[in-house]
Amino acid sequence: MKSLKLSLAGALLPVPALAGKGEAIVGMNPVAVGFFIVFIALTLGITYWAAKRSSTAAEFYAAGRSISGFQNGLAIAGDYMSAASFLGIAGMVATKGYDGLIYSIGFLVGWPIIMFLLAEPLRNLGKYTFADVVAYRLQLRPIKILAALGSIAVVILYLIAQMVGSGKLIQLVFGIPYEIAVVIIGALMITYVLFGGMLATTWVQIIKAVLLLSGATIMVLWTLAKFGFNPENLFQAVKQTAGEKWLQPGGLVKNPIDAISLGLALMFGTAGLPHILMRFFTVPDSKEARKSVFYATGFIGYFYILTFVIGFGAVVLVGLDKILSIGKGGNMAAPLLAQALGGDAFLGFIAAVAFATILAVVAGLTLAGASALSHDLYVGVIRKGESSEEQEIKITRIAVLVLGIIAIVLGIAFKDQNIAFVVGLAFAIAASTNFPALLMSISWKKFTTAGAVASMITGLVLSVILIILSKTVWVDILGNSAPIFPYKNPAIVSMTAAFIVGIIVSLMTQEPEAEEKFEEMKVRKYLGIGAE
Amino acid sequence: MKKEEIYQILKDPEFQELIKKVTAVSLSFAVVMMVVYYSFILMLAYAKSFLSTPICEGCATNYGIVIGIGIIIFSWLITGAYIWWANTNYDPVVRKLREKFRR
Repeated sequence: MKSLKLSLAGALLPVPALAGKGEAIVGMNPVAVGFFIVFIALTLGITYWAAKRSSTAAEFYAAGRSISGFQNGLAIAGDYMSAASFLGIAGMVATKGYDGLIYSIGFLVGWPIIMFLLAEPLRNLGKYTFADVVAYRLQLRPIKILAALGSIAVVILYLIAQMVGSGKLIQLVFGIPYEIAVVIIGALMITYVLFGGMLATTWVQIIKAVLLLSGATIMVLWTLAKFGFNPENLFQAVKQTAGEKWLQPGGLVKNPIDAISLGLALMFGTAGLPHILMRFFTVPDSKEARKSVFYATGFIGYFYILTFVIGFGAVVLVGLDKILSIGKGGNMAAPLLAQALGGDAFLGFIAAVAFATILAVVAGLTLAGASALSHDLYVGVIRKGESSEEQEIKITRIAVLVLGIIAIVLGIAFKDQNIAFVVGLAFAIAASTNFPALLMSISWKKFTTAGAVASMITGLVLSVILIILSKTVWVDILGNSAPIFPYKNPAIVSMTAAFIVGIIVSLMTQEPEAEEKFEEMKVRKYLGIGAE
Repeated sequence: MKKEEIYQILKDPEFQELIKKVTAVSLSFAVVMMVVYYSFILMLAYAKSFLSTPICEGCATNYGIVIGIGIIIFSWLITGAYIWWANTNYDPVVRKLREKFRR
């Protein structure tokens, strides 16, 4: 509770407690403001253009299924390369060395799994949300309720991480109060999603992905130029300044069970993220869905290699003491490196890029959360699948507003967690609640509604309880002396349990209708016949 | 689409063959990826000293860095390999079946 109280107290002051401390704060950086205004003008223009093409539900949720594989690959990369990746992983590499790379690898390896197990069936079976796919052959209402809860839990945790990243960044660069910055982000993201729907959100992601990839590439080339374009020289410099153990696996993997648990959460969590799964409904067919994963994996993998170099570059060119003096988690390593390389002008550019990153990701998250509330809960559960499109979109827009306000409030409430780690928790819930039910529903004939319900409840409840009992919450936030659950990540227990409970309950129950529909589903799943 | 048509496709031997092949191939790809990743995790737990060994005398670059970056590149290449397989084996059969049933 301590850190929460502190940040709430900070929120009441007109100027954030951190401002004025630390020399990296440069006030209103004209370059950053300039780039940011250009970005906002461009994206608002796109939103205006997209608003006219977002009147039907298929247009609003799925951009009229008109996005190409390459565009969607970029947009997926845009959705996935969050502030946690850019600021968090670079910060982790800077402050913990090689262990940061372990995190990035975990974030990447889920993509091939999505390609092999989910991309094609998801595209062929889905409509607007992954809950549509889970519920395809099962009973609509119970599945929709739980899948929507799973989506919203993941979306909100992820939103917290993004908002924290943006607040820190604005403190560093723009010098405007934290709360105002969070409100600006909230307002912009509401605008994109409310008026432009999936089409505007997709283009915001694409622009942001291009900006982020080029910004990070410039940073890496600039860094490597100082080391004769030879990574070995950079590693030598890291060895001399921070010590050889920075280049070696360290404390992240203390015991194999903890490591495998983290690995499961990262690998299968990716395959259970509602805002990512939603992107597969924006392409015209399963071939394009497949292509988008290929492009996305390439962009994301390349980006993680860049963040590895950026983190180490920051250790050498900025220095560990300075990175840690700005924020405990090291989240400011990348912006500080930009400043060391190219002064305030380049810092401004990178800050504007990071800001755009956060804005784009929160827009994607909000759209996914709002579609879970409206398409899954309102239409699927309350209206039992019967609702006019106009009504559905109206409810979605209300949900966007509500989620936007929640995001702003939570963004102010949570401040001092390493954002890569908060995202890690979101992944644990996604891996335990969403992924097992999704996989079993599309690939196991005997899976029943009761089995799916039991599996999702088990995954959600266990992952939340175990996170509370783990060191992160039980010790670091609630102030107890020892954690009750020994591992940092619950996935090894909660995901395994979700699978086992789903299998046992399905075997104990009979649902001939679901089995029949499973057979019929194959035609659409493999051939795409009847796909929307 | 009518029930009879669906069951006609389901009974088609070529369709059944396709399902078998797609399932086997996609599962194999997934297993390869998991073996690669979890071997890495187990190396982190049990072979830390190997990963910490420099790749040459006096080098700062160690096997851990090379293997780590290697896994990132491998993940991308394996998705490419799947695309190649799907384009040459999966799609033509899908096209053929869709034509056969005029869909």
